[in-house]
Amino acid sequence: MIQMNNLSKWYGNFQVLKNCTTALSRGEVVVVCGPSGSGKSTLIKCVNGLEPVQEGEIFIENQPVTGKGVDLPKLRARVGMVFQHFELFPHLTIIDNLNLAQIKVLGRDRHAATKKGMALLERVGLKSHAHKYPIQLSGGQQQRVAIARALAMDPIAMLFDEPTSALDPEMVNEVLDVMVELAGEGMTMMCVTHEMGFARKVADRIVFMDGGEIIEDVKSEEFFSAPRSDRARSFLSKILQH
Amino acid sequence: MDYNWNWSVFWESAPGESSSYLHWLINGTSWTLATTVVAFVLAFLIGGLVGTLRTTTLRPVVWLCNLYTEVFRNIPLLVQMFICFFVLPELVPVSVGDYLKQDLPYPSFFSAVVALTLFTSAKLSELFKAGIESVAVGQRGAALALGLRPTQMYLQVLLPQAIRVVFPPLTSEALNTLKNSSVALTIGLMELTAQARNISEYSFNTFEAFTAATVIYVVISLLVTFVMGHIERSLTIRGATR
Amino acid sequence: MFDLDPSVIVRAMPALWNGLKFTLLLTFVAMSVGIVAGTLLAIMRLSHNRVMRGFALGYVTVMRSIPLVLVIFWFYFLMPLLLQMAFGTERPVQIGPVVTAFVTFCMFEAAYYSEIIRGGIQSISGGQKQAAAALGLRPTQSMIYVILPQALRRMAPLLLTQTIILFQDTSLVYVLSIADFTGAASKFAQRDGRLVELYLFVALVYLVICYLLSSLSKRLKTNVGKTA
Repeated sequence: MIQMNNLSKWYGNFQVLKNCTTALSRGEVVVVCGPSGSGKSTLIKCVNGLEPVQEGEIFIENQPVTGKGVDLPKLRARVGMVFQHFELFPHLTIIDNLNLAQIKVLGRDRHAATKKGMALLERVGLKSHAHKYPIQLSGGQQQRVAIARALAMDPIAMLFDEPTSALDPEMVNEVLDVMVELAGEGMTMMCVTHEMGFARKVADRIVFMDGGEIIEDVKSEEFFSAPRSDRARSFLSKILQH
Repeated sequence: MDYNWNWSVFWESAPGESSSYLHWLINGTSWTLATTVVAFVLAFLIGGLVGTLRTTTLRPVVWLCNLYTEVFRNIPLLVQMFICFFVLPELVPVSVGDYLKQDLPYPSFFSAVVALTLFTSAKLSELFKAGIESVAVGQRGAALALGLRPTQMYLQVLLPQAIRVVFPPLTSEALNTLKNSSVALTIGLMELTAQARNISEYSFNTFEAFTAATVIYVVISLLVTFVMGHIERSLTIRGATR
Repeated sequence: MFDLDPSVIVRAMPALWNGLKFTLLLTFVAMSVGIVAGTLLAIMRLSHNRVMRGFALGYVTVMRSIPLVLVIFWFYFLMPLLLQMAFGTERPVQIGPVVTAFVTFCMFEAAYYSEIIRGGIQSISGGQKQAAAALGLRPTQSMIYVILPQALRRMAPLLLTQTIILFQDTSLVYVLSIADFTGAASKFAQRDGRLVELYLFVALVYLVICYLLSSLSKRLKTNVGKTA
């Protein structure tokens, strides 16, 4: 469903992505991990064209993301994304956050959008907060709203860019629970995260990155039981020490 | 201090006309208000547009808007007024120049408004650019990821937030515009400061004339601050007060 | 179309150069005095002494709420009377436009610099003050050795921006018929009837100087951002 071929990207002289190739098939959950600065956030932002690449190609359902003349907004509307810092729109109420793109991008009428939005808010347990503003919610609640906002677009896949790393520890699980549930329903997901418990539980595959390269791209059991590379071994030992 | 106070001077009839010095003050205040309001409204529109365009990815447009901003904020207002008043009519085609010199009603008002608008719009362009950039850091990605098109992103997400960010400095720019309107006396606009000096020269009641002008400026400033504060409060996002 | 005669600029050059020197001197003096007096005003504004706080607030508010042109007129008219009062002379002491200009700009700019510096002082976290106090520094010492150096460094870009505004504003001494850069150009322009060349040239010179200074200010801003 999502195909990335030989992606390379530079910031000035600094190469952040080196010849990265990977793919997601329908219903697959892939966790991207690696030390900070390894390029994993950059990689996930390339999928929907938020970060341009200098070399390589990306396809979503066989439609190119890279290259000239691509209607990026149309492609992006089909792929949901959740950010590290939630990025809810602070000037809009929760329900309007969910409605904005449904109305402006998908052309739904307000009534249908609200109905859909309310159903999703109920699903993430925040229906009673629909008319509040983002700043009135806790971090965990805001991130659940952000997930609902992405789901309101009926995405064919979801991208998560470190969805729990800006959260206080006690709020991490409420967000992960929603993600686990989503994975259980067969959503195609790509998650950049350090939550190895989550990865072990729901990931079909692990992509391990370091220094802008994809070092390992293997089934999840394999990665945790027998990591092939030294770098992955040392990363796992550091992260699982405590 | 040996000074003969004479506050009744404003009711004395002024020379040459059948009006009193009070009329001179009212007249001056009107010109000051007219210049300020027209210039600030125009500068808000132009500066908002130019500042917004500077944050886009349209290279030539960005370059032009940068040029506009640098030119009009880096030349003293006095010099810009001289150029509008003395130089511009010489540089345009003769017929237009003749119109500007002979037939245009209130030429000094016209020149003052043009110069003050250009000068202020350049300052506001800086303000809007900074405001949008401060908002855009994470919100740009979030808006694009939902499939919003650039225009929608600006209108629905970035500008509504940026206007709130720039409001406090916008108020002080409004006050600056009021104060800067006095520079127009150098090209013969009989605004408030000019009238105060006029009264002082005709009646020798300098202290009274300048005090009156000072009080009027302070009162208008307070009014502007009050009105802008009112608008700012109505823009405040509910629940955003912590 | 008007035909430009660039030789006018060459002929006006000595007068313009003298004018520019005056403009730069006025800017420099007003900046130096303004920053020192502005710092004092800022400290007064933040002090616990009610009288000092009230004085600083009143001074800054009044100065900032009236146009510079009117302030210039005020000083031009008031200072002779104040000096007469101070020295008990029989008639108002005439000091002339140049002295008026220097005094006015110093006093006026102090109010604007003080607001920037106050913001800088307030932006330094309370932790710094506590840390200084914990080391046994007295409040004055803590202000001089700990708070002010950080505040001024953090505010350097804004102080420079204000100085650019000041540099542009000095052109308003035109209302006192002083031959600063703009004034010199204006006198020459009116004598020879060559307003177009001279005003465009003046605009260009201001543009270049202010553009260079504001680029410097932007670079300072990114540097300050890096170290902060």
